[in-house]
Amino acid sequence: MIRAEHIIKSFDGRTVLNDISVEFKTGCTNLIIGRSGSGKTVLLKTLVGLHEPDEGSVWYDETNYTQLGFMERKAIRKDIGMIFQGGALLDSSTVEENIKLPLDLFTEQSEEEKMERVNFCLKRVRLENANHLYPAELSGGMIKRVAIARAIVMNPRYLFCDEPNSGLDPQTSIVIDNLIHEITKEYNITTIINTHDMNSVMEIGEKIVYIHEGHKWWEGTKEDILHAENRELNDFVFASAMAKRAKGM
Amino acid sequence: MLKFFELIGRYFLLMGKVFSRPEKFSIYRRRIVYEMEAIGIDSIGLTAIISIFIGAVITLQMCINLESPFIPQSLIGYATRETMILEFSSTVVALILSGKVGSAIASEIGTMRITEQIDALEIMGINSASYLILPKIVAAVFFFPLLTILSIGIGIVGGYLIAIATGIMIPSNYIEGILIDFRPYSITYSLIKSAVFAFIITSISAFFGYYAKGNSLEVGKASTRAVVAGSVVIMIFNLILTQILLI
Ligand SMILES: Nc1ncnc2c1ncn2[C@@H]1O[C@H](COP(=O)(O)OP(=O)(O)O)[C@@H](O)[C@H]1O
Ligand SMILES: [Mg+2]
Repeated sequence: MIRAEHIIKSFDGRTVLNDISVEFKTGCTNLIIGRSGSGKTVLLKTLVGLHEPDEGSVWYDETNYTQLGFMERKAIRKDIGMIFQGGALLDSSTVEENIKLPLDLFTEQSEEEKMERVNFCLKRVRLENANHLYPAELSGGMIKRVAIARAIVMNPRYLFCDEPNSGLDPQTSIVIDNLIHEITKEYNITTIINTHDMNSVMEIGEKIVYIHEGHKWWEGTKEDILHAENRELNDFVFASAMAKRAKGM
Repeated sequence: MLKFFELIGRYFLLMGKVFSRPEKFSIYRRRIVYEMEAIGIDSIGLTAIISIFIGAVITLQMCINLESPFIPQSLIGYATRETMILEFSSTVVALILSGKVGSAIASEIGTMRITEQIDALEIMGINSASYLILPKIVAAVFFFPLLTILSIGIGIVGGYLIAIATGIMIPSNYIEGILIDFRPYSITYSLIKSAVFAFIITSISAFFGYYAKGNSLEVGKASTRAVVAGSVVIMIFNLILTQILLI
């Protein structure tokens, strides 16, 4: 479980997150949705500690993460996996090296054990025989898969995904969404996903939080979302023609 | 002015981060070897080409300017050697490499910043500043003195070759000249300077890259700023070190 309490964050005097309180459940795919520029990435990065909140606190289960020092955070960070919007794979390392890096740095495993784990993760994301390719040689979907493999290599308890299917075609998007959903269930991870894709919401959304201009506007389940009485949210949800048709508007 | 001090403050904070809480040594060893290749080995060609031409030009200039029956020709070899050792090889090579190595480091780290690769390292619990920057500093501080020695040697050879090729002076006089009054301390001085310059180039370029934000255009600007700032600081330290070490 991850909980944000009254998070306020501003850059150069401009408030980007305004008093956000929300709880994300263990073993669920929690979705943060909202338009581009609404503050989703900043919220996600504040939750993991890449940004410090100006006010408020972030809780990982019963630990107040915001108050921890560098070394204590480091211990929690080993339980965190994150998938960045562009993949953020290290350009100068191969797929294999990218995934193996956390193992190299933080475990005392032998080379064979590490390779076994790397190959297991690659297999889990259905990407075999790509071990020695460089990120520049991968397609968008493959990059996302490697990013997922790297995020799960240390058996995280928390998984953060920033627009995991941005830039992917609809079919690949569904594959990636489902992969994240399966992994969440398989290992009982607390997963938080940023997205502006309504397909993801309907496909894998369990808990959904709608952010609008830095405010939490609405939260609920995907069953509720189609019947919510919230104009801003409805505009967002029914922006696509297909969604409108589904509701019979 | 306030901005300037803020910049310097942030630079020292970053250096504090670079030298604190390093990760496992075995990881660093691998990265240092990699950086030696990227920063050092790949700069050998450029250093050699520039040094051979400069050595030749210095010799030619000396020949033209010192053309007098009262000045022994061997002085030309001596002057070429001293110029290479005292000033050219450490300072000018550092300035040239700050264009090549410095801009490469700033754009590499800047790109890693804007594509969130640095965030990805931080999330894994890695001290990104130390992991990315320390191997570059170590590799450069170790390798730049070697490049300086190479440059001195090649520059002196350049002068000899031009003497043979143009016949402007008698080559044996040149050889005699480069052996006159040799002080090993000059070499030490030159090596100390190049090690300091190596630190300046790598750390300043890494600093500008590390705090890049925005898009690829901004990375380009950061890389230009890195080269300019690096060059200015090198000139300042050149003065300071000469004062301290030679006088
Ligand atoms: N590091 C930063 N410095 C200043 N402003 C930022 C920074 N990161 C994000 N912002 C601003 O915060 C707002 C929300 O951005 P973001 O969270 O990236 O939106 P999105 O919902 O598309 O992920 C944007 O207006 C952006 O300009
Ligand atoms: Mg975003």
